[in-house]
Amino acid sequence: MFPLLQYGQYALPVSGVILLITLWVGLNVAEKEAVRQKRPSDLVYGLVMAALVGGILGARLWYVGRYLDTYLAAPLGIVALDTNTIAPTAGLIIGLSAAIVYAFHKKLSPRPTLDILTPGLAVFAIGLGLAPLASGDAFGAPAHLPWAIELWDASRHPTQIYETALATAVFILIWRGRKRSPFPGFLFLAFVALTAVSRIFLEAFRGDSVIVAGSIRQAQLAALLVLLLALWLMRQWFLAHPVNSPAPVPGSTKK
Amino acid sequence: MHFITNLLDDSRRWTAVMLATLVLGLAWVSFSSAPLSATTGGLVPSPRQGFPAPDFTLDTLDGGQMTLSDLRGQVVMINLWTSWCPPCRAEMPAIDNVYQANKEKGLEVLAVNSTFQDSEAAAAAFAQELGLSFPILLDRDGAVSRRYQLRALPTTYFIDRKGIIRAIVPGGPMSETLIQSKIADLLAEAP
Repeated sequence: MFPLLQYGQYALPVSGVILLITLWVGLNVAEKEAVRQKRPSDLVYGLVMAALVGGILGARLWYVGRYLDTYLAAPLGIVALDTNTIAPTAGLIIGLSAAIVYAFHKKLSPRPTLDILTPGLAVFAIGLGLAPLASGDAFGAPAHLPWAIELWDASRHPTQIYETALATAVFILIWRGRKRSPFPGFLFLAFVALTAVSRIFLEAFRGDSVIVAGSIRQAQLAALLVLLLALWLMRQWFLAHPVNSPAPVPGSTKK
Repeated sequence: MHFITNLLDDSRRWTAVMLATLVLGLAWVSFSSAPLSATTGGLVPSPRQGFPAPDFTLDTLDGGQMTLSDLRGQVVMINLWTSWCPPCRAEMPAIDNVYQANKEKGLEVLAVNSTFQDSEAAAAAFAQELGLSFPILLDRDGAVSRRYQLRALPTTYFIDRKGIIRAIVPGGPMSETLIQSKIADLLAEAP
């Protein structure tokens, strides 16, 4: 575990640095995919910029709104370069909304656009697995195994390494399958489904699971729902693709 | 890929795939279920957000002693600092202002000097020079700094009335606005 990198008066969270690096690599990978699919390469950057700018502004303004009296007393705090005064969840929702608005404005088709972004998302998912290894989050259950790691006063499953390994495997599958996607949106749904399978499997080794209904790990239930939704959408999008639509029988009406 | 499209093309086979996924998924969820006590669930003291703050007792600069758990029911700010650290020096007046404005509402500040990498004399001179009104605690052997996994100076922990760490700010200097926003919700919670 190596949570912080002290540089002068600044304490950089290593997990954040890992996420930034994998975001940058993911953007480059998605850009390459856009070029391969003969789409404008600035499409990816436009979308991500909209999400980032919307997300950062939204996260700060939401936080300011929450503590309005405090900020009205010291308005300069609104523009302070301080990552401690943001509302992450609100920022995520506002950032995603900004990306959707941008996509509508640019008249981007949702499914092919999601496919273009998917290899980049798969790279970022590797960072999401790796970052907690630095911060000590997403830790494993106590275990006495030759490959266990010492963390939070116990010998534990190295769940962060398991997550990174499976995310890497998912990326390899996505990368190799990206040229053989049978219909628009398949690659994205395959990524969602594989990531959900990974979450269901690996949650069993976590030591920080939220337990519901006495003994059920909440994240597994959520991931199972996501997996089933992805599989259901896969069939719907497959049927919606003109090449795969069943040919109408002459004289019959569509049910 | 051909195999998947064949499955997708057949409604009954795809439904079977989904049902098998559901059954296998539920079986694994059931097999890997765990009682509440098997996961930390935020119950083990640890210097992390959402976990109970590890307890400690330290001598104070004025010759007394303070124990963190004795302050249960109050909102506590633990600030780990040294006298030679410029951002620690820069943020102390802001901490003192917020402390003065909120101590009647239940705010306590524990300024834990990492004495093992500083000195008592320097800490005393620092507190006197800045006219600090909150207690200065002395971590002479570094036990608290180690227990709180100090990686950056200063580091501040915001602890609610139940003793749970609700926010951590590594590095500094913190502004009054930042500190005030971090304690506002905690002070508003019922004791």
